[in-house]
Amino acid sequence: MTAEPTAPERFIRGILPENPTYRQLLGLCPTLAVTNNMKSALTMAGAVLFVLFCANVMVSLIRNLLKPHLRIVAFTLVIAAFVTIVDRLLAAYMYTMSKNLGPYIPLIIVNCIIIGRCEICASKESVLKAASDAIGQSIGFGIGLSSIAFFREIIGTGMVFGTRVLPQIWPDWVIMILPPGAFFTFGLLLGSVNYMVNRKNTSIKNRDSMK
Amino acid sequence: MEMTDRLNKNFLVQGWLVILLCLVFGGSLTAVQLTLSPVIEANKKNEILQIIPGLISEENSTAINKEATLPFTVSPFYVNSEKQGRHLSYAVFEAKDKDGNISGWAARASGQGYADKIELLLGLNPEAEKITGLFILEQKETPGLGNKISEIKWRDQFKGKKTDKAISAIKGKAVNANEIDAITGATISSKSVCRIINQMVGDIRPPLKMKLEESVHEKK
Repeated sequence: MTAEPTAPERFIRGILPENPTYRQLLGLCPTLAVTNNMKSALTMAGAVLFVLFCANVMVSLIRNLLKPHLRIVAFTLVIAAFVTIVDRLLAAYMYTMSKNLGPYIPLIIVNCIIIGRCEICASKESVLKAASDAIGQSIGFGIGLSSIAFFREIIGTGMVFGTRVLPQIWPDWVIMILPPGAFFTFGLLLGSVNYMVNRKNTSIKNRDSMK
Repeated sequence: MEMTDRLNKNFLVQGWLVILLCLVFGGSLTAVQLTLSPVIEANKKNEILQIIPGLISEENSTAINKEATLPFTVSPFYVNSEKQGRHLSYAVFEAKDKDGNISGWAARASGQGYADKIELLLGLNPEAEKITGLFILEQKETPGLGNKISEIKWRDQFKGKKTDKAISAIKGKAVNANEIDAITGATISSKSVCRIINQMVGDIRPPLKMKLEESVHEKK
């Protein structure tokens, strides 16, 4: 039986090998919804980082008190409380962004990444491991969101972070910032990631079989 | 040990952690709300104050100009009306220019849209006889369809409309002066906006006309 991953291992794994967007395919609803520009994507990633970190730490602190048949209720309570705090903080200090993100901030409560990490990691591991897992997964989620948002914003509006980077002759493909564009971009990027991972795995297999 | 067994199987005892978490989080969220709600209210108010200049002036609106200095002084008040026994209250903002003359009104109304509540801000000229602008403050209509009511192109249709007749949203091309084009695929959202506007204008036009007369009277 392989040993449980250590804290630094959990951190590294969350970023690319177990990336929540491209490898675990979790949290796809906000991924498709808020990636029509970079600023929204990064705000969502920041909000998820806060919630995931606080929820993981809190659940890890109370992990020995959880009863198995009531643990999901406890997870949901913890997550909902922190999401509400983030929602109020955004409405207070980033009001326009809060209005742009609309219902997707409260929907972080049902984001499968967060309840998934609580169940897999935080309810069983120490606070340090849970915290590093949270940060790694959030960075991975941020990478997933920004990669999609980058392409959607630049092809759809010619801008990045609201400033124009492509020349004016570029006809803005408005469909990229609408829902179909989200599916196109995500599908193509996911396909590319799968291709690269398969190629790496086959080359490792070839290398091992030649030894 | 039947008593302790029975106690342990009791739901409340089993759920003590959940109950404790509820109390703790309930308390923290109350604290957060108490601290932050003044800031959030101030944000909402600032948003309205920044929108009002664009609403009162009749040129076609571009995006909200955040750097614009307010040439008006804006003062809020409430217009109350009784309708079929129900008490209605509208928040109205009075915009006065630097000579103290009323330049226009911005009135806030809300009502049921297709999906959820729509809250809007309507700009009126001093006599409350012409619409000078429309801004949608809050809506949760269908993305890509109903949420186009927030688009500048659709809202600009309302600029210049007279308030004597009710405004209606027409599927297809609007012909008469009191008609506007409904959004294709979002008729209910378009009609809801018109209904909210018509209802409010009917309620606040007489009080606003009175206020205008009072202020003209005061200046004499």
